[in-house]
Amino acid sequence: MNQQTLKRSAFILALGAVMMLSACKKKVAPPPPPPPPPPPAPTASLTASPNTVDKGQSTTLTWQTTNATDVSIDGIGAVQPSGSQQVTPSDSTTYHLVAKGAGGTQEATARVTVNAPPPPPPPPPSVSEEQLFSQQVKDIYFNYDASDIRADQQTALQGDIDFLKQHAGVRITIEGHCDERGSTDYNIALGDSRANAVKTALTQAGITADRIQTLSLGKEKPFCTESNEQCWQQNRRGHFIYQK
Amino acid sequence: MKRFIWHFIALISLLSYAAAQDWIKTGTNLGQQKVRLAAADFQASTQDAKNADLLKVFNDTLWSDLDNAGIFDMVSKSFNPSGTVGSPSDVKFDQWASPPPNAAMLAFGNLGVSGTNVTMQGWLYDVKNTSSPQVLGKQYTDQASPEAARTIAHKFANEIIFRLGGGIAGIAESKIYYVSTRSGNKEIWAMDYDGANQHALTRLGSISLSPHPSPDGSRIAFSSMTKNGWEILMYSTDLNRMVAFPRYGGTNQSPAWSPDGTKIAFTSSRSGDPEIYVVDASGSNLTRVTSYKGPDVSPTWNRKTGSQIAWVSGRTGLPQIYIADADGTNVQRVTDQGYAVSPSWSPNGQFLTFSWIRHYGPGEPGAQDLYLMDVASKQFVQLTHDGGRNDFPSWSPDGRHIVFQSNRSGGLQIWTMLADGTAQKPLTSGANNSQPNWSWK
Repeated sequence: MNQQTLKRSAFILALGAVMMLSACKKKVAPPPPPPPPPPPAPTASLTASPNTVDKGQSTTLTWQTTNATDVSIDGIGAVQPSGSQQVTPSDSTTYHLVAKGAGGTQEATARVTVNAPPPPPPPPPSVSEEQLFSQQVKDIYFNYDASDIRADQQTALQGDIDFLKQHAGVRITIEGHCDERGSTDYNIALGDSRANAVKTALTQAGITADRIQTLSLGKEKPFCTESNEQCWQQNRRGHFIYQK
Repeated sequence: MKRFIWHFIALISLLSYAAAQDWIKTGTNLGQQKVRLAAADFQASTQDAKNADLLKVFNDTLWSDLDNAGIFDMVSKSFNPSGTVGSPSDVKFDQWASPPPNAAMLAFGNLGVSGTNVTMQGWLYDVKNTSSPQVLGKQYTDQASPEAARTIAHKFANEIIFRLGGGIAGIAESKIYYVSTRSGNKEIWAMDYDGANQHALTRLGSISLSPHPSPDGSRIAFSSMTKNGWEILMYSTDLNRMVAFPRYGGTNQSPAWSPDGTKIAFTSSRSGDPEIYVVDASGSNLTRVTSYKGPDVSPTWNRKTGSQIAWVSGRTGLPQIYIADADGTNVQRVTDQGYAVSPSWSPNGQFLTFSWIRHYGPGEPGAQDLYLMDVASKQFVQLTHDGGRNDFPSWSPDGRHIVFQSNRSGGLQIWTMLADGTAQKPLTSGANNSQPNWSWK
């Protein structure tokens, strides 16, 4: 910044300061006195903006009158000849303004429509964790009288492990199920071994044991009740259940 | 009949192999002459209006108990001589002792209601010994009710069975504990040995299995699915309610009382694998008996010695029956093939009965039948041949009967038979009834 620029800036600042000071001291000139009567009839207008609101929202009433000495709005009371005010009607309301003056009375109305609250919007169609669980987590199926995890179940098992790693808050119960053959007691033990085999596979893959409960149902709650191998295979499984 | 004869021969061969010195006590009584026993309808001894009803209950129950005992050749009532027998003076010895009744023994007597009580007098006569015929004379008094008439008949039948059956107490007052779905869930139920008086003990609304009565009958141990998994639960028949028993973690099931009532063997997977454990009857002093990967379930104690346990193990694949000392030593496998489960040790310690699919596999018929095995020799005979899945055999206190479950008639129901496989008949109907266990006395 050179010398000349500095000088010019100082001049502008000084000039601005003088202008501001003189503006503050300036007095508003009083209005000229009204001309004498004949007394004219008052006029009035009343508007609400917006004139439609949702329940709980407010709207602004604005009114203007002329030649009125006594202005009131029902529900609000006496008001200035012109002005505005925020109102929050709980129901649809017709505001009624009465302007009285030496020349008579003038009325004005404004309707405010209050909409009932809309029903809460449906939740966005996103998939819950539990839905993802039921879509992605697969049961593990077993051979007859066996509780070791078959080679053809490794893909399903890996999918289960991946899901549980991605959803670290999910807890599960693994139910061990058996087909209808064999004794009740032996099948409770076999179902227990199946559930534990799945649990062991999960914990070995890094899923912490405290997220996993096991329960044998033996042959007490079959998925399928026919006496054929297809049905029996359906019932020989480790069944994953989502726990909140 | 052909089957029966084959069966008879098989039993005789088993008998000779096992060198059974007292075949009655071994639990079956084929090979011994059955006593031909007549039972005359008891007569009213008073004029009370209730007599007719109580006499009907009494006579039906007495006949049924004597017929069920398995040691009598009962004289059909249609063979009975005309005329009533209400007291010793009514007995016409020659008519009872000669054909058609051809009876060796005659049970008779009277029963009458007086006020609120009913009194029964009963005799057992050796009708071929006219000079000194009386074998037994008994009198019972109880409140006049059909239940009391049943009980008196049971007691009198037991006296006759004890006297004529080699000194082995009758089972007419024994109970059977089992699982029924009649109320909608698998609950623990009880009934009289003949199927009468079926009633629920538990109302847990879950799944309850394997009820085992203690030797003194005061407690029923069973397994039930609780919110913490399968636990051993305890029901008191003295208090008619559940009583506390410890929780062990894992899956706990198939409890079995030692014959002295001081210990319970059961299966627990608290270690991660189902193994046999033994605890005191209080639930303390948990001791592990088996340690081998694979299910170990359904223990049963040697009921004579209490020093051995038989159980089911899947350690080599399909479940087989094993025996070991109660501390887990001296393990021996007693079945060599197929699918063998649900062992029950006979009261005399000599036999195991269990459920076996002997020829298991694709293309095999896959019948599941009950077998009787002589523990010392491992010789066995097949007890059921009538189709269906037959499982959960349990011995009667006298060792002469076996109760079991079968689905041969469609639904799963409880059946009894003599321990030689004869006289098979259902005790229950409707809903599903399973896993019977006979009381110890």
